[in-house]
Amino acid sequence: MMPRAWWLRDLVYLVIFVAILIGATYLIAYSETYFPAMRYYHRILVMMGINITLAVSLNIINGHAGQFSLGHAGFMAVGAYFAAFLTLYYFGPYVDRLGEGSGQQWLLQNVLLFIAVILGGIVAAIAGYVVGLPSLRLRGDYLAIVTLGFGEIIRVIILNIDKIGAARGLSGIPPWSNFFWVFFFAGLTILISIRLVNSSVGRAFLAIREDEIAAEAMGVDTTKYKVKAFIIGSCLAGVAGGLFAHFSPAYLNPTMFTFIRSFEVVAMVVLGGLGSITGSILAAIILTFLPEALRGVKDFMPGGRDPRMVIYSLMLIILMLTRPQGLFGRRELWDVLSRRKDTIPKEPRDAGDATDKLDRDAGPPVT
Amino acid sequence: MPATEPILESKNVTIRFGGLTAVSNFDLTVNPRELVGLIGPNGAGKTTIFNMLTGVYKPTEGDIRVGAVSTRDFKPYQITALGLARTFQNIRLFKELTVLENVKAGGHIHYKYSGTSAVLHTNRFHTAEEQAEEDALRLLDLFDLRSRAQYTARNLPYGDQRRLEIARALAARPRLLLLDEPAAGLNTGETAALMTKIREIRDRFGVAILLIEHNMELVMGICERIIVLNYGKTIAQGTPDQIQTNPVVVEAYLGEPVEAAQL
Amino acid sequence: MEDFLQNLLNGIAAGSIYALIALGYTMVYGVLKLINFAHGDIFMIGSFVGFYAGRYMARHATGEAASLGSAALVLLLAMLVCGIVGYLNERIAYRPLRNAPRIASLITAIGVSFLLEYGGQMVFGPDPKFFPTLVEKKIIHLGTITTTNYQFIVLAVAIVFMGLLQYIIYGTKFGRALRAVSFNFETASLMGIPTDRIISMTFVLGSMLAAVAGILYGLSYPKIDPLMGIMPGLKAFVAAVLGGIGNVPGAVVGGLLIGIIESFVGGSQFSSYRDGIAFVILIVILLFRPSGLFGRYEPEKV
Repeated sequence: MMPRAWWLRDLVYLVIFVAILIGATYLIAYSETYFPAMRYYHRILVMMGINITLAVSLNIINGHAGQFSLGHAGFMAVGAYFAAFLTLYYFGPYVDRLGEGSGQQWLLQNVLLFIAVILGGIVAAIAGYVVGLPSLRLRGDYLAIVTLGFGEIIRVIILNIDKIGAARGLSGIPPWSNFFWVFFFAGLTILISIRLVNSSVGRAFLAIREDEIAAEAMGVDTTKYKVKAFIIGSCLAGVAGGLFAHFSPAYLNPTMFTFIRSFEVVAMVVLGGLGSITGSILAAIILTFLPEALRGVKDFMPGGRDPRMVIYSLMLIILMLTRPQGLFGRRELWDVLSRRKDTIPKEPRDAGDATDKLDRDAGPPVT
Repeated sequence: MPATEPILESKNVTIRFGGLTAVSNFDLTVNPRELVGLIGPNGAGKTTIFNMLTGVYKPTEGDIRVGAVSTRDFKPYQITALGLARTFQNIRLFKELTVLENVKAGGHIHYKYSGTSAVLHTNRFHTAEEQAEEDALRLLDLFDLRSRAQYTARNLPYGDQRRLEIARALAARPRLLLLDEPAAGLNTGETAALMTKIREIRDRFGVAILLIEHNMELVMGICERIIVLNYGKTIAQGTPDQIQTNPVVVEAYLGEPVEAAQL
Repeated sequence: MEDFLQNLLNGIAAGSIYALIALGYTMVYGVLKLINFAHGDIFMIGSFVGFYAGRYMARHATGEAASLGSAALVLLLAMLVCGIVGYLNERIAYRPLRNAPRIASLITAIGVSFLLEYGGQMVFGPDPKFFPTLVEKKIIHLGTITTTNYQFIVLAVAIVFMGLLQYIIYGTKFGRALRAVSFNFETASLMGIPTDRIISMTFVLGSMLAAVAGILYGLSYPKIDPLMGIMPGLKAFVAAVLGGIGNVPGAVVGGLLIGIIESFVGGSQFSSYRDGIAFVILIVILLFRPSGLFGRYEPEKV
């Protein structure tokens, strides 16, 4: 077989991607000076990017590997707090010593942000490993509730660490994060997710989701791959957290990471269609934008009460009732666009399927 | 001729669920390229034996060896790596995946590479994936499923699902293939085709096959050796001819007076 | 020793409220295998009905006897309203999804939970409210420990309703049908049991118990707000899992245990970890005894 320079094409794409991001970042910064309202849209865009990262990473755990996790906010919190801790106490003072507005400072702060975010991701991955490992014995609802519990425990632990602000919250984090970094990592997350699912690792994830026993029988070390999914997913959530922590107002509070936050991410994944990467992305965009779009409704309400979340939850319920498989089901955007539907074979489906549930010879299970 | 070591050896394998002895003192040796049938009335413990051989259940007593390795403390995926692959009585395909993906997933142990390779699309990734695609398509050809490669497995007709499950198991390149009622739910024509196919698989891949089946035509037609199980005990063993004329077997199936069944 | 008894008493009082909520979780899980995340919010609605009704009564009724009677009336009203909300919840949000993937129901449950919470903020206002004094509070000194008549009322009312539920489940035709449905949904429906009606009734019953819990909670901790149901709801779910989900006496024992353990942690030097302890218990239980204390856990057959 001909050896290929496998990295060459990817490198070109990377350069193009980064160039576009830099362009967009400057465009936003530039327009902000002329239209202060852009500040608001900038923030929404950044939140979108962070939510895309969260949704796509959770989709790896929930959608691909089929391990229902309700603890994503916990991993996000770990990444956010760890990265913020680094920059606030170690990196920030160091950068401040350099000349204000100098190119040197600019470069250093971006490099340090990158490092802090990656380290935050790694610590979150360790948390994901710790959560993933014991959770392996559990399935379905039980796993969901245990991950929820872990998320809450993480939050309670943060509440008890004075160094990172405890219940007061952590303020004064250097606001180094920006459009560029958020979408750089969102793109990276999407790339990782797409390439993984189309690889032997992804096939192992999907096999576990479809039928754990059959997957194991085909030689898939289910334990290993489940933990892998948890590690990858929580690492990326931690990265999202790190970026969130450093975006102005660069303030963290444990109440930002309750399980309600986890629910929001789960809602994105399920709304998009469990397992569909593009679905997660689209749902993340919609669900970030929706509450903002509904801001106008508030003006019609007496007493300044805010009905946004009510409408949000109603829409969630109605969407689930009308399309329980999510927007895209398990398909990706391109499948939907090309209308790739399974043609059902012409032969009538055999009645033999009725034996599916019969388990005559299996004997009682061993516990 | 090289000395043929048995692929599978089970000695005194016993399993108890609470007070119930589901299988007791089960001995079995399978040699390379052998076609062995495991029959017995419902509830005789056949699938339980499969579950023990593949590591889903752990025998209460006794030893199972695959090659020369004792698999007592092995997990199912480790046993698959030793060269055992199986199908399930109640088809367990990866229903939402395509036919092609099912077979590729079946060959998991042969196409492994790291997640980093997958994300970076290294040469290792390309080589493995091309190999996976090629092998999978060849298997689909063998089972006349190539035209359906992109179908979701769930949407296949029942007979195709059964065959796909065998193809998936073969993708693991086993030395011993365990088939749990491969003909269940198939009509006469399909069963006949399956018989030919099973022989073909054996000849082509040089794989030994152990199968559970209720369809006597199939069992008697292709198996070289048959083991008869009743109430978790082996009550007879031999060639199809010997089994067919064995009074104990006939009684086990027809429920004649029991005295003779006491072996 | 005094601390011990004091903590124990507080724990039992809080635990019996958890237990009442946990019963609703466990019954619904029993029949539908669904974690009804909105259950904690129904508890909240019970509290708010109590708040408005209690305030109204306080204005229009006076005297000792009237106060006791109106308290009972408030309780009944809250049960009625919550029963209706629970019924509608099942009917509108869950029943259409009965054959959809489990996760869709779970998300819908979360959606309903959000709807009740934020709808509550819309209707009741987001600020905390002070629950009216339905019954006059009396401090009781038992030796060295201090308690109130509320703790005894909570305990007494909880016991009465648990007894009532026990009777309904084991002593009535409905209860037998309920147990049948929770044992095997499909077979029960084949046997002519009107499963839909049984499921509706289960939601109504569970919601009524949550209403009782809501009133008792308001009585004991008189600051209520639309998000108050989240934490007690989750902890009650933990209690249900601890006792063995689907198991009615288990939910009661689980609720009491969670209440007592929280009370002891709250009284110790680790009091700031109080909110996390329920989840630690949950994880330990699920890892070492996934069936809970009294339940059965069935691994998948091959």
